[in-house]
Amino acid sequence: MTFPLPKPQTPQLPQHLLRTIDCEQGPVRAVRFNVDGQYLLTCGADKSLKLWSGSRGTLLKTYTGHGYEVLDADGSFDNSNICTGSSDKTVILWDVATGQVARKLRGHAAKVNCVQFNEEATVILSGSLDGTVRCWDTRSRNKEPIQILDEARDSVSSLKVSKHELLTGSVDGRVRRYDLRMGQLHVDFLNSPITCVCFSQDGQCTLSSSLDSTVRLLDKSTGEMLGEYTGHKMKGYKLECCLSSKDTHVLSCSEDGNVYFWDLVEGCLSLKLPVSKAVVQSLSFHPTQTRLLTASESRVHVWSAEPEEPEQNDDDADSAIPT
Amino acid sequence: MAACGEDAKPATDFVTYGTPLEPLEEDEAPRKPLPIHEQTVRDEKGRYQRFHGAFTGGFSAGYFNTVGSKEGWTPSTFVSSRQQKAEKQQATPQDFMDDEDMGEHGIAPSRITTTQPFASRAAPAPWDKAKALGAQTAVIPGNDVLDELIAPAGSSIGAELLTRMGWKAGQGVGPRIKRKPRRQRAPTHGRVFGCAPPPTGSEGSEEDDDEEFAPENATFAPKDVAAVDFGARTGLQGLGYRGLDPALALRGQSDGHPDFFSPHSDATSKLFGETRRATRGPRGVAGQAFGVGALEDDDDEDVYHRDAMSKYDTVLADEPGDGLYGWTAPRGSSQKEASYLGKILEGFTLSQGSQQDKTVFPPPKLPADFQPLHRFRRKVQVSHLSGVSGAPVVQVPPTPPENAGRHRVVAAQRGALLGETVLPGPSSVMELLRPEDRERLMRLRAPGSVSAPPPPPSTALRRQEEAAAAAWRGLGGDCHAFKPFQKNTAKQARYEAYLERLRAGDKDAADASLDPSMTEWERGREKEEFVRASVLYRPTSSALASRFTRAKDGDDDDEDRVEVPRDQEGSTQDKEAAVRMKMFGQLTRETLEWHPDKILCRRFNVPHPYPGSAIVGLPKVKRDKFSVFNFLTVAQSDLPPPQAAKKSRWDQEAEPSPAQTSQPKEESPCVKPPEVTPEDKPQVVKQEEEDDEEEDDDDEEEQVEDVEEETRPPMDVFKAIFASSSDEESSSSSDEDDQKEAEEEGDRAPSVNLFDVSSPVVAAERTDAVPRAPPPPENAEFGPKLPPPWFVPVPASSLAGEERRRNKKQDKCKKDKKKKKTKKKKDKVRRQEDKKKKKKKKAERQSDGEDVRPEDLIERLKRVSSSRDAR
Repeated sequence: MTFPLPKPQTPQLPQHLLRTIDCEQGPVRAVRFNVDGQYLLTCGADKSLKLWSGSRGTLLKTYTGHGYEVLDADGSFDNSNICTGSSDKTVILWDVATGQVARKLRGHAAKVNCVQFNEEATVILSGSLDGTVRCWDTRSRNKEPIQILDEARDSVSSLKVSKHELLTGSVDGRVRRYDLRMGQLHVDFLNSPITCVCFSQDGQCTLSSSLDSTVRLLDKSTGEMLGEYTGHKMKGYKLECCLSSKDTHVLSCSEDGNVYFWDLVEGCLSLKLPVSKAVVQSLSFHPTQTRLLTASESRVHVWSAEPEEPEQNDDDADSAIPT
Repeated sequence: MAACGEDAKPATDFVTYGTPLEPLEEDEAPRKPLPIHEQTVRDEKGRYQRFHGAFTGGFSAGYFNTVGSKEGWTPSTFVSSRQQKAEKQQATPQDFMDDEDMGEHGIAPSRITTTQPFASRAAPAPWDKAKALGAQTAVIPGNDVLDELIAPAGSSIGAELLTRMGWKAGQGVGPRIKRKPRRQRAPTHGRVFGCAPPPTGSEGSEEDDDEEFAPENATFAPKDVAAVDFGARTGLQGLGYRGLDPALALRGQSDGHPDFFSPHSDATSKLFGETRRATRGPRGVAGQAFGVGALEDDDDEDVYHRDAMSKYDTVLADEPGDGLYGWTAPRGSSQKEASYLGKILEGFTLSQGSQQDKTVFPPPKLPADFQPLHRFRRKVQVSHLSGVSGAPVVQVPPTPPENAGRHRVVAAQRGALLGETVLPGPSSVMELLRPEDRERLMRLRAPGSVSAPPPPPSTALRRQEEAAAAAWRGLGGDCHAFKPFQKNTAKQARYEAYLERLRAGDKDAADASLDPSMTEWERGREKEEFVRASVLYRPTSSALASRFTRAKDGDDDDEDRVEVPRDQEGSTQDKEAAVRMKMFGQLTRETLEWHPDKILCRRFNVPHPYPGSAIVGLPKVKRDKFSVFNFLTVAQSDLPPPQAAKKSRWDQEAEPSPAQTSQPKEESPCVKPPEVTPEDKPQVVKQEEEDDEEEDDDDEEEQVEDVEEETRPPMDVFKAIFASSSDEESSSSSDEDDQKEAEEEGDRAPSVNLFDVSSPVVAAERTDAVPRAPPPPENAEFGPKLPPPWFVPVPASSLAGEERRRNKKQDKCKKDKKKKKTKKKKDKVRRQEDKKKKKKKKAERQSDGEDVRPEDLIERLKRVSSSRDAR
């Protein structure tokens, strides 16, 4: 059953299943790469956060301390801390090595949908169902947030941070970009509850998926729409989207159990990756390689461009457990 | 002080004097007190003052304890020669005093006072009081009398003048009079109560003595009259009561009442400042309030002082004096005749004519038909009576209407009524004008033009008018926010009419909107006011205007106000339309000023964009708490017009997608995406939005599209509304149809592609008829829900779980098949795509290049989108 290989498409897509990890922590609400893509973080509905080795798929550590399901996590740039947001309305800053709670930040009035470190991990930003984004200082012992961004009129579903910008997507159908350097707030109206936002790798565009089953690529500076990607199904669930590491493709989860790949420029569907029968909830693209993580139900799939496992410094990865 | 310091907050403002002590610190060694020689004292000019010690002269004076300056004190040179004798130097105390001594707190404060000669006789009140007090408490009660006796003699300027005129102390003021023979004297020298006879001029004090040798030709000074004290009564005692005067009590006067009017009474003498020794009567304390002393000689003194009725008058007898009206009676005419006989000061002359009496006119007689009630007329037409009308006065009807009020009559008419002769000269400005000018004016005033032309306005006004016209021209909307003439509604209405005209670009808006019935002067004034107001309160641009809120009328309480963000995100209606048309960009983008926190900026390593700003977040303004606008914004977000009513709520995603608005609402509740079964699918598809992202190529989809195209207004409308002028210019060449087609093409292309790829899967799904597990009933979950967990813990749905598991097994085997199928299909697709791509341009070929930089990608993307736009 060998087919003649098609012409080699150089911007390869992670379409080969490399590994399936059963996380055993209930439905996986979010799956994340760490900053360099060596480790995985899975947020489980069983109140736990798990750290996995990316190359081997072995469990490295389990972080327990949340009172309800963990909804989002982010690792700091130096791999020393992890922040998580949970349905128990708290944000927890974890010490990676010890697995202890470094700080538990209370203040949100409802569950925390999304958390994010800033570039230097000096601030944790958390968006919540209460419609606010809170900026927590990790440097001081202050229990109160530095600033509360309450411009959103509905739940903040997604949040991303670049060097000096905050991108939030809210259920009120608006994508807000707070520019700290300019002191401006740019509001883009999309007229549909936003489920996920992200910056492009070059920082010139923003990608936002909304509940009208559309992923839109907007020019960051003007707000003009550069591309619209449809075909998937996103009508009821908070599913994620992302861009590939080289900005060549737009990826989105779908309620039909597939991950959709669109060519960024042409806007056409280039791959529909069947992941599972259930809804694919979360996905994360490797920061440098063509590697994809998808989370569906309790399993995390690791996808790669090459079908067989590449023999790349596994030992290194294991020995480099963050201390 | 300590307590003060403890709870002292900066908010509480105590007034503190002096420099506070430095706070003591526990571990600090007690500071050594400053030695005396290092302590410095400075005067108010900041100069050092050396302290010599209290007993050695206090502070040093002058320059280093010397007199004068650094150069020292130079004594005035004493020169005396035979021709020029040196004058005697009279040293005053001031010569030996410093400036500080003359100051307010010095030993001799110098302030402007009335000098002694000009001071009034009355001693300063505090002085008097102190003296009276001293008299009361003195050991020797009559002591102050002595003081008065030896008081330094000083005469006021008034007394000086009087003495120059021949007045002597003790005399009355006035012309000298001849002594008249005594007509009558009071028959009895008994007590007089009530209104006592005044001491008439003829009753001199020396009368008793001088009566026998009163020559005929001698004149006498009038009797001195004490000024009647009209001071208000303060006590509760009756009229004329005096408390026990120690002076009188000592003299043992037993008289019940002081007699002010008899010249010899003590009271009178006291009033006049005379001191007369009482020669009779017992010494010692005596009086009604005191009993009879042990040393009292006469035992028959009436101890209990029974008041005898005989002391009182029982009959109204003849009044003393003229017997006319008592002592308040006007002086007799005899006194008038007396010419002034005293000395007349040089520079003054006696007036020749007598003072004229003021003539008192009787009140006017009222006409018989006078009614003391005024009825106002309803309407008074005053236009033809305008005050400064240019019409010659001759034209004024000679008899004004009878019912015209007094104030409605022009001066000329009034003059005519009064029968005044018309003043010679031009009666009107018109007559002063040259005939041609007058002609022109009259032409301008021609009948037909209701409003008279205003006098040529000053150039400044003219300029203002033009400025106002320029500012208001073409402006629409509600610019009536400012009501400068709110008090006068009619005027405000006129002003608004004026603004309307201005907006319409009317040249003489002011003239047209003024009330023609007003006088020209009034009109001119009003016009000026209007022009000024319109220039002052010209409409600001909406962006600027939104930054200001009008102050509330009247007193505004902060309690009634609430802080709201200054910049609100605009309404969603037009944005929705823009989104529907996929016109992202300007129309959907809003940029607001946002102030990050200082710490946040520091943590992000970013300079604060607004250094020095104290605001955090969106700038806020105060608005009325119950202002409609506060609720409007909420309404905008929560219930933008009907169909989007609860769209943004989390639990609405089960309903049809928000963009889809033309669907009837009845369908929505029955459909829930998670419960979609293949049978329902067409229905769901129907609810898909218009974006043509159809996964299933149903016929109904097209129908829906048709329906929506019917409902959607023509493209022109949107273009007219949304497209900016530059956009229009760029795309003016392209037809709207072209654009639409292009859009459709763009949409179709991926859909075809998509269909090819996914059709097997879709087909498989259909045949499988796999009902997706319904989401577990989570407790009031809002928003885009989290996908259902893998295991369904709720026992009620266990059946569904089983079913799912069964299905899963089926799925697995089918999945394999599917995979194969898809692979095949994919390959096919890929081949097709390759073919397509070959045809495509080189630029797009480059997209397949090995190393694609994201920047290039974006660049290309922008180019593509712009070219798409151009089409």
